[in-house]
Amino acid sequence: MAENVRPRVKAPRKASAGEEVTIKTLISHPMESGQRKDADGNTIPRSIIHRFTCEFNGEMVVDVAMEPAISTNPYFEFEAVVPEAGDFKFTWYDDDGSVYEETSSVALA
Amino acid sequence: MTLTRRNVMVMGAGAFVAFGLPMSASAAAEDAIAEFTGGADMGSEGVTLTAPEIAENGNTVPIEIDAPGAEAVMILAMGNPTPGVAEFKFGPLAASQSASTRIRLAGTQDVVAVARMKDGSFAKASSNVKVTIGGCGG
Amino acid sequence: MKKATAITVLLGAGAITAGAVFAEPVEDNLVVNGQIEMTTWTEAPDAVEGKLPEVISGWHFRGTETRAMQADDFDNPGMIFVEDAQESWSTVQGDAGKSCASCHEDVADSMKGVRAVYPKWNEDAEEVRTLEMQVNACRTGNMEAEPLKYTGTEMTSMIALISSVSRGMPVDVATDGPVSETWEAGKELYYTRTGQLELSCANCHEDNYGRMIRADHLSQGQINGFPVYRLKNTKLNAVHARFKGCVRDTRAETFAPGSPEFVALELYVASRGNGLSVEGPSVRN
Repeated sequence: MAENVRPRVKAPRKASAGEEVTIKTLISHPMESGQRKDADGNTIPRSIIHRFTCEFNGEMVVDVAMEPAISTNPYFEFEAVVPEAGDFKFTWYDDDGSVYEETSSVALA
Repeated sequence: MTLTRRNVMVMGAGAFVAFGLPMSASAAAEDAIAEFTGGADMGSEGVTLTAPEIAENGNTVPIEIDAPGAEAVMILAMGNPTPGVAEFKFGPLAASQSASTRIRLAGTQDVVAVARMKDGSFAKASSNVKVTIGGCGG
Repeated sequence: MKKATAITVLLGAGAITAGAVFAEPVEDNLVVNGQIEMTTWTEAPDAVEGKLPEVISGWHFRGTETRAMQADDFDNPGMIFVEDAQESWSTVQGDAGKSCASCHEDVADSMKGVRAVYPKWNEDAEEVRTLEMQVNACRTGNMEAEPLKYTGTEMTSMIALISSVSRGMPVDVATDGPVSETWEAGKELYYTRTGQLELSCANCHEDNYGRMIRADHLSQGQINGFPVYRLKNTKLNAVHARFKGCVRDTRAETFAPGSPEFVALELYVASRGNGLSVEGPSVRN
């Protein structure tokens, strides 16, 4: 597991039914591209987060396939509709098999 | 700074030295587009790509895509060693088919966004981003 | 060829060798999280009287997107490290069974204003201390814990945490009294040319700020924004690490982080920014 991987999410705690909200996500991850070489000249193998998904109450908001060109500490901002009270679930999938998750609940305003 | 012809020339000359030679699109990039579109034509309206004209630093370049009514948007960095950047799929609970992220660009190049619309058509937008060499030692 | 065109072409050609282009630092207003009002452009403090017409934060010399990243704590990747340090703050470390919180309790209360006055004189130790030195003194003396590496991630994250709770407050380091000898030593270093390139800090940051050095927009070299999240290496950078890089870039043997030379230089450079708001952690190129 990559060290010190910390997901962070900015999502509203309350929304009215059908409201459109802005979601921001950030996860601390080196996103080793596979292009760098170490001090001995050996290529440092690729090790990135290759997929990010956001769901609300089980329905898909966004599903991102990520390549090494996404910067270190991957950042996404997007918009979601909140049809009812429920939970946003955010999932990041690492090349090394780790899965990082974060949940954010929304109450109806 | 006043834009006189003198200033523009000076900026241009300095800029060439600073930006270096631009990186041209690789065959892999063209293949990636062909695979996404199945060879179909791409319209020029329907997807907006917002990227800085000059990247503060190639390691972290903020970009934004917006393609109302799209199912998926693919982003490519045409001059990177591997052109793929990301592919966004928008689900039923996406309020808009737009997203922002931060990407790495290896040098001055075109960044391309291709959108696949719900009706099966495709649209393409392209933005040239200048990636600079820093001051002393970068 | 018309005379005007000929002159312009010649000037253009000459400019390749001259290379100096001036670009105004951008006029803009920094309010973080819609709450913390920052003073990023203000009158020159005593330390630079007669040398700089005004003092300007490095924030103004960066591009639109970079400036925007610092305006929101979520968009600012430096805050990831502040959160890590917040956890460290409450974690017991060392043989005395204490955490920082054991004595200092809430960081936002106890550390408010601290960043703004460092480096400063420590009466008991009879020396000028940087914030890093003070953190390690607390760790080894009070917590009986291992000192942290001076420019390592753990230390720099802690400095970022301590800086973050002083954001918006004006930098106000003392330059007289018991620190004056150190301050004078720092000032001398600032104006001394070093290295194969024979450059002093002043050559770029006092004589040529605002100019483009290749494609980089030269700032006044203020340190009110440290620790800095640099887009270039996507991590937090400490003051002494930056000094080391700058000296190395003049192709000189550089001093070590934590050395008396860099402590003196940090005190002097901090005083050149007295009046600017503490911005750390800031976002730069």
